[in-house]
Amino acid sequence: MASQHQQTGVVNAGDLPDLPAPIRTEGAVAWMRDNLFKGVWNTLLTFVGLALLLYTIPPALNWLIFNANWTGGADACRVNPDGACWPFVTTRWEQFLYGFYEKSERWRINILLVILSIGIIWLAIEKMPLKKYMAIFMLFIFPVIAFFMMFGTEAYVKDIDKALALSAADGGSIFDPIRRLLRVPLAAANLKTVETSQWGGFTLTLVIALSGIVASLPLGVLLALGRRSKMKIISLLSTIFIEFWRGIPLVAVLFMATIMFPLFLPPGANFDQLMRAVIGVALFASAYMAEVVRGGLQAIPKGQYEGAMALGLPYSKMMRLIIMPQALKVVIPGIVNTFIGLFKDTTLVLIIALFDLLGIVQASIADPNWSIKSVPYTGYAFVAIVFWICCYSMARYSRYIEDKLHTGHKR
Amino acid sequence: MQSENENPNMQVSDEVVIQIEDMNKWYGQFHVLKDINLNVRRGERIVICGPSGSGKSTLIRCINRLEEHQKGLINVDGIELTNDLKNIDAIRREVGMVFQHFNLFPHLTVLENCTLAPIWVKKMPKKEAEEVAMKYLERVRIPEQAMKFPGQLSGGQQQRVAIARSLCMNPKIMLFDEPTSALDPEMIKEVLDVMIELAREGMTMICVTHEMGFAKTVANRVIFMDEGQIIEENEPNQFFDNPQSDRTKLFLSQILAH
Repeated sequence: MASQHQQTGVVNAGDLPDLPAPIRTEGAVAWMRDNLFKGVWNTLLTFVGLALLLYTIPPALNWLIFNANWTGGADACRVNPDGACWPFVTTRWEQFLYGFYEKSERWRINILLVILSIGIIWLAIEKMPLKKYMAIFMLFIFPVIAFFMMFGTEAYVKDIDKALALSAADGGSIFDPIRRLLRVPLAAANLKTVETSQWGGFTLTLVIALSGIVASLPLGVLLALGRRSKMKIISLLSTIFIEFWRGIPLVAVLFMATIMFPLFLPPGANFDQLMRAVIGVALFASAYMAEVVRGGLQAIPKGQYEGAMALGLPYSKMMRLIIMPQALKVVIPGIVNTFIGLFKDTTLVLIIALFDLLGIVQASIADPNWSIKSVPYTGYAFVAIVFWICCYSMARYSRYIEDKLHTGHKR
Repeated sequence: MQSENENPNMQVSDEVVIQIEDMNKWYGQFHVLKDINLNVRRGERIVICGPSGSGKSTLIRCINRLEEHQKGLINVDGIELTNDLKNIDAIRREVGMVFQHFNLFPHLTVLENCTLAPIWVKKMPKKEAEEVAMKYLERVRIPEQAMKFPGQLSGGQQQRVAIARSLCMNPKIMLFDEPTSALDPEMIKEVLDVMIELAREGMTMICVTHEMGFAKTVANRVIFMDEGQIIEENEPNQFFDNPQSDRTKLFLSQILAH
């Protein structure tokens, strides 16, 4: 032994072979031992967890699926009150989806939903061609199309005609050619006006949520940049804006948009109530978004700015090409978190008498024909499931994007 | 190692490309750079050394305006550094910089790192920019890594990408801010080799480094700084063999001791 310790100048002639891992570190049994039954405390927790699952899951499944009423009408549900009453949803799904939107015009929503689905799927799939153009279409052109298809063009054609007549009486105006040009597609579409007060259901939820999402990200980015700006005035204004919107509850924002805002408008001026709510939601969300983005900006090391500046990139290009892509990537979980919050917050428009999905389901529950014990539970369960699917899809997609953008520089 | 100043490519012209006169800089109340006077001629290779906190990095960062000086004059290739953003951008296009921590853009591939500035600053067509980038990646001997991300490369490779990235802008002057200080010992040589090659091709270089071998091989002037001042300035043989000031002697004895 002693001689071994004194040995110097050891040379290892060959590499040691790679041996397979000991059997007990892999496989289902090893996994269970490691994760479920490691020690007394761990084993105890496993059994408590199992008991909780057994106590909650089977009754929930029974109520939702196995014991539920799937066919028939209200009568069937009255006979079996111990299960969900899905006929309530299946007979009223059109209302849940379209709200009070005029029946003859609902095809317009269908077309928009189809375009929207194609657009989202197109952008979500990694290898799709022409993604850039699709993104531009979905972000800038689709909202315009959607607005006119949802609202109808009739009223706008009338407005243009009125303006043309006025300017003709005035001896013409330089805007006339633009007005005529705008009138052509609007008149050709010839879509009947559907007032926003008739919009409702899941359509309304989508309108508010998507407008909020699309508006809040760019606004949030600008506000975050503004708050970090070296120009004190811009920084101060951004900070005041952010802290103002973060400091008041969304319910208050919606009430202000509905009740207080018209007081500041000149008499006779009319500003659509839904539009006001959408703007309120978007500004509210953008304040949260700004803080999320600012967090991302703070995570970018100074060296990235210096590297970009040393190459001669001006501020705007440095931000757009170097800093923002990295900052936004860092905060994808936060951004999606804000989106999810925004999506769920749309249900609050209920209090200003707009009937989103939750609102319309709640209104339907009050229908005396459906005054059955299981109907309210079914309605709320349905709303919960729809919202959960939407939000969970967003969460999963965010995880996927995070993995895709991972370029091996995380330590 | 002997000086290679006989190499015809390494002739120094009389034209002054960087002129620094009575330059002073403060961080708040702290006087970091005091009365700096330095003229760099085209083709010159200058090594700046000195203890940490002596202001050597700050000095070269003033040359491309990563730091602002408060007093005195800096003139780079005929353009005076003022608050004028146009001048700053013009100078940054002429002056390449390599950092201690590489500062590569981790979300872009090696090739994209190299083509970004030519495309967006010089408005070079993408194809041409890629050809230029590949040319320089070959020169720093890592063309095969072009499609990888910086995070997948070793430190030495990353630093060579950073050098290639700067060269893609075809700069007239290169600044090196401790380019080998963050590298593992076995990677220092591959970076120094690239820098020596660059010097032999006649690039004007200012290099903050503690690699005295590099200084002896390629520098035609070594500048020693301490406490924000230029203490001593000499050609390498004189500087190392016959330092004048006590502070230089102390510094040299410390870094050459082992």
